[in-house]
Amino acid sequence: MDWFRKPKYMTVRVKKEKKAGIPENLVTRCPSCAEIIFNKEIAAALKTCPKCNHHFQMSAWERLRLLADNGVFIEQTSGKIQAGDPLEFPGYADKLAKGRKKTKLQDAILAGICAIDGTKTALAITDFGFMGGSMGAVMGEEIARLIERAIVDRLPVVIVSASGGGARMQEGIISLMQMAKTSAALSRLDEAKLLYISVLTDPTGGGVTASFAMLGDLIIAEPNALIMFAGPRVIEQTIRQHLPKRFQRAEFLLEHGMLDMIVQRQQLRETLGQLLRISSS
Amino acid sequence: MANESGLEFEKDLVELEKRIEELKQFTDHREMNMGGELKQMEERAQNLRENIYSRLTPWQIVQLSRHPKRPHTLDYIREIFDNFKEMHGDRAFIDDRALVGGATWLNGKPVVVIGTQKGKDTKENIACNFGLPLPEGYRKALRLMKFAEKFQIPVVTFVDTSGAYPGLEGEERGVAEAIARNLREMSSLRTPIIVVVIGEGGSGGALGIGVGDQVLMLSNAMYTVITPEGCAAILWKDRAEAPRASEILKITAPHLKKLGVIDEIIEEPLGGAHREPALMIERVRERLSEHIQRLSKVPIKKLLDQRYQKYRGIGFLTEIAATETSGQSPTAPQAPADESTDTPAPPTSADAEN
Ligand SMILES: [Zn+2]
Repeated sequence: MDWFRKPKYMTVRVKKEKKAGIPENLVTRCPSCAEIIFNKEIAAALKTCPKCNHHFQMSAWERLRLLADNGVFIEQTSGKIQAGDPLEFPGYADKLAKGRKKTKLQDAILAGICAIDGTKTALAITDFGFMGGSMGAVMGEEIARLIERAIVDRLPVVIVSASGGGARMQEGIISLMQMAKTSAALSRLDEAKLLYISVLTDPTGGGVTASFAMLGDLIIAEPNALIMFAGPRVIEQTIRQHLPKRFQRAEFLLEHGMLDMIVQRQQLRETLGQLLRISSS
Repeated sequence: MANESGLEFEKDLVELEKRIEELKQFTDHREMNMGGELKQMEERAQNLRENIYSRLTPWQIVQLSRHPKRPHTLDYIREIFDNFKEMHGDRAFIDDRALVGGATWLNGKPVVVIGTQKGKDTKENIACNFGLPLPEGYRKALRLMKFAEKFQIPVVTFVDTSGAYPGLEGEERGVAEAIARNLREMSSLRTPIIVVVIGEGGSGGALGIGVGDQVLMLSNAMYTVITPEGCAAILWKDRAEAPRASEILKITAPHLKKLGVIDEIIEEPLGGAHREPALMIERVRERLSEHIQRLSKVPIKKLLDQRYQKYRGIGFLTEIAATETSGQSPTAPQAPADESTDTPAPPTSADAEN
């Protein structure tokens, strides 16, 4: 294994393909306001509910289309690094295969270089659809490489998290150590005086929250995103505490001083663009 | 769990040891000569001991690592170092009793020590919140580490916790941020850091004081991303399956050494640290002395590079050889079609959590 080999980059033009309309998937019931809404309308509103502003989860590819200028993205490794199975954990290989099929990603992350509203940026996006967006060695490696690349090329870094799964149980202690790895890389980025913006989306938890997700110079969240360390179920079971309404939601975190701002998805690209220009001017 | 008759798997031994002790007292009292029988019983006990402790299962190690009578952080601090001056508080909110620290001396040189503190009994455990730190504990630890950095004093941390306190207060006051910040700061702290996992190394709550140049681990300690109980609950919806989960998770010292997560194993006395605490503490002291002396001589830039590369290198991946084509590659993966017409999944429980 050669972890430090100079990565090869390839350009991916993110295509917007028309999908043939499948009758049974024409409408969606909004989990927030319970209205039945045409999927076309949800898509047109960037996967938000036009009635109540509920933000649906986005896949990494969808997020990339939202953020990357002209859909141009130079992917860092193009799936060239793949998860090992250090514990030979039962069912892990199947879960990886399922995740790959579902997300068209090699693991729960997409990382590379693009422009966001005109500023060249090192961008990583995690995908909840791939084993809950959990962090194993691949995510750790992709993030560390991206940050090291950003230091060499003097680029700002944006990481969008959708990682309710936290550290990936199936890779055991190796996953836990990715928290140290990504945080160490961010320490170097900090020393290089480069900007890091962390974007927290629904849901982000555990070892991801307790490492790169909470280390942004600036931390932004989407409305109502669940952002946690311990999951509410764990808290209720172990401590038997009654938890307040809206607990661990973005608005709760903002009130408690953990976030800089909550940004509507419609404004995310523009807001990031403005903030990124702070560091490049 | 552990009571006067010991852990389940050592019951026979503890029973026998008790009888030997009784017989000894009885014969001493009556000035009777029972030497032959006593000798036989002691031989049997020794055999039993070697039998039990030389082939511990991961679950037995989990139980030993949590044994309430094991020496805890403050035992090590008080016995190993001289003149411990405990420092309190995060300067913002409270003094967390689950995470202790302060300044002290070893071989005449100052050291900053930090550790999660568990209790020996219920009363002690309530006082230190069962060794489950709040955000303020991690912030106090960081404050002390920054103090150490200012004067280039080596830092020693003792890890013994099942995790950060999983509750409302911790979430409200940003326990994730506190741990994350420590990971970042410890990775570049300009002074040597030595970590000793003395009992339970529970996930992010342990790692929050666990990043260092040299990570030592006692032979019956454990270090894991998720408790075996938590893993069992996810895999089989049954916390009682924890022994099975402990086999899978590879949480024992030899495994972790192989994976590069720890650097050295400190052998415990036969039967565990709690059976001969003085011997255990002496062994830890000896290893700390040597590592402090050695690391203090390494130029800081080299030390930090080594620390970074150590964590940078921990992974378990396969890398497929990159094709020689550059730029627009014909093998470039096609982005999938727009999936926005799919019904989005609600944020239910993840595949893996912690
Ligand atoms: Zn709605």
